[in-house]
Amino acid sequence: MKILLKNGSLKGEKNVDLLIENDKIIKIGPAKSITDVNAEVIDLSGLIILPGLVDLHTHLREPGREDAETIATGSAAAARGGFTAVHAMANTLPVADTAGVVEQVWNLGKNVGLVDVYPIGAVTVGLKGEKLAELSAMADSNARVRIFSDDGFCVSDPVLMRRALEYVKAFDGVIAQHAQDPRLTQNAQMNESELSGKLGLIGWPAIAEEAIVARDVLLTEHVKSKLHICHASTAGTVEILRWAKDKKVNVTAEVTPHHLFLNQTSCESYNANFKVNPPLRTNKDVEELRKALAQGIIDVVATDHAPHPIEDKEGEWQSAAFGMTGLETALSVVATAMIDTKLMNWADIARVMSERPAEIGQLADHGRPIAENEIANLCIVDPEMTWKVDAQDTHSLSTNNPFHEMTLKSKVVHTIFRGKLTMKNGQVKK
Amino acid sequence: MKKHLVSASDLTKEDAVLVLDTAKELATISDRPVKKLPTLRGRTVVNLFFEDSTRTRISFEAASKRLSADVINFSAKGSSVSKGESLKDTAQTLQSMGADAVVIRHGSSGAPHLLATRNWIDAVVINAGDGTHEHPTQALLDAYTIRKHLRKNEGDLSGIKVAIVGDILHSRVARSNAILLKTLGATPIMVAPPTLLPVGIENWNGEYSYNLDDVLPKVDAVMMLRVQQERMNDAYFPTAREYSRNFGLNAQRLKRMQEHALVLHPGPMNRGMEITAEVADSKNSVVIEQVANGVSVRMAVLYLLLGGSNSEMGENSL
Repeated sequence: MKILLKNGSLKGEKNVDLLIENDKIIKIGPAKSITDVNAEVIDLSGLIILPGLVDLHTHLREPGREDAETIATGSAAAARGGFTAVHAMANTLPVADTAGVVEQVWNLGKNVGLVDVYPIGAVTVGLKGEKLAELSAMADSNARVRIFSDDGFCVSDPVLMRRALEYVKAFDGVIAQHAQDPRLTQNAQMNESELSGKLGLIGWPAIAEEAIVARDVLLTEHVKSKLHICHASTAGTVEILRWAKDKKVNVTAEVTPHHLFLNQTSCESYNANFKVNPPLRTNKDVEELRKALAQGIIDVVATDHAPHPIEDKEGEWQSAAFGMTGLETALSVVATAMIDTKLMNWADIARVMSERPAEIGQLADHGRPIAENEIANLCIVDPEMTWKVDAQDTHSLSTNNPFHEMTLKSKVVHTIFRGKLTMKNGQVKK
Repeated sequence: MKKHLVSASDLTKEDAVLVLDTAKELATISDRPVKKLPTLRGRTVVNLFFEDSTRTRISFEAASKRLSADVINFSAKGSSVSKGESLKDTAQTLQSMGADAVVIRHGSSGAPHLLATRNWIDAVVINAGDGTHEHPTQALLDAYTIRKHLRKNEGDLSGIKVAIVGDILHSRVARSNAILLKTLGATPIMVAPPTLLPVGIENWNGEYSYNLDDVLPKVDAVMMLRVQQERMNDAYFPTAREYSRNFGLNAQRLKRMQEHALVLHPGPMNRGMEITAEVADSKNSVVIEQVANGVSVRMAVLYLLLGGSNSEMGENSL
């Protein structure tokens, strides 16, 4: 089986033809230089070729909450968003805190076969923050776990966090911290600000994130380990990360598409589709996060795709679940936030949505150069398409997409995963 | 006026004065032997209370009944709500029963907003207190009480200074009052220990202070908020006694206030905590009157939102 991609723009730089056979790119040449009568030919005139996107932070909900998402539906949503690899967060039921559960997730992902699903292991048993899960067993399992996170909860005990950082050094693991001081955020509902006071919603202060980021950066430096900060959301976190990177601390960080695009004023509607943890912040935070991503202070974009059924989102704000879906809109949101504003170009997008995430996840087949003999994981984007998001139009089982009815620029049109078209012209195959 | 009353900010100055003027006329009903108008005959008002609040509920109930509306009290306690029925299902049930107005009290900030904006029901929504957000009819009755005493029951409240003292952070009464007083031209001054003032208070309309004694001599009215002793456990203040010493209204402090100054309290009072019995029962205190004014103001709100008008009221009643 061969696929010939004609006249596509390689990361927005030069136009090429690209021939794929089985799972590999076998030939790249100048535009209109390659012909092959046996190949399926796709004209990419006006389209951008990126390496397949890699998400470091995805909630696929299986096992346990198959009413919200399954590995099959989440994989389809990922393929539609241009992803070829996702990292499944550990907060499932049961929690992914044993080799058994992570291998189950890994196998389910392989059987679906639309993206590579890499499980993230829990740091502590049951995400309870009390004792370490069997990290080494998960690392040695078939799922080959390298990223560990209690996401949804912060590893707030400093001793436990220190031990986790030390322990994963044995297999070159990384601890991905959900930075949220639990005492400073009891029952917190939205960003603490004048607006939270006005709306009568308990505030989630920026400092509750920053205090943990600062502590963990220092711990990481002290024990010479690797730290990844999940969903950085504040200007203060950016400042701490800048300091840490100056000091050459081994810390990486992600930002979500929604924190790059939305701000707390959305909460005025009391529409719980805007309820997320960490919360939407201020315009100034959004600006600083964008700049930090462009400058590399924040390394990557990660979706924090968090599907929830309607009944968990349509009621009162306080009783609604935290989280937003985002796999299908991620690329468009990031392009609108970063390219339309001239803060980044398409090569930068490739870096923050594919190459760096693959490095952090230590994935051999993703985020690679688009070159001969590489695995063909590709994401093809129409940079000029403007479209209006319809939350109902989704492959996810859930519709809690905060970008509903917003107009975005650019859209993923084809996705190629290990040499196969998982999406063609917007239609996911399977 | 807007269709619903969810926030004090739904009212323009003209709207607010209209409510107060209407309440003034309706208040005369309460002095008559037969305390009833036929105005809302055949209309259904549902008191949808997800939180206990006997005072507010009976105030709305009395207001509805005096206007001849049919009143249905829906209390969440012991109903299907406590078994997990959603706000949406409850709303749609009320819709099917033909509610014309829903008076909602809810523990979650924003619940009345959802009811008013989600197209679950056609009824008029009146917020009777939501979480730590707003309680607009309380603000209206406070404004009515102040206007009656200090502005001869007419016009707006321009030039009047009102201290709002206590747990501003968790108080829906304080939020609605801050907005409405400003709308009516008055100056609210929020007084509390820094722990009980919301973040960003410096950007609220009006002034704030940590020192009750500095504020008292210059205000025309002081509104004491209920302070729950439980706040102590969350370290908002060290002890009830220390709170009371610094922010409680007692006889000595009352003496330092202006002669004409009013003492208000939305009730129920913690006598001995934020207010002493002596002050609560003093001649400056209008706490009992607030209750009566509450009925008049709620009659006015129901009347205006359910499609009455001044001229019509004139024919029917006075």
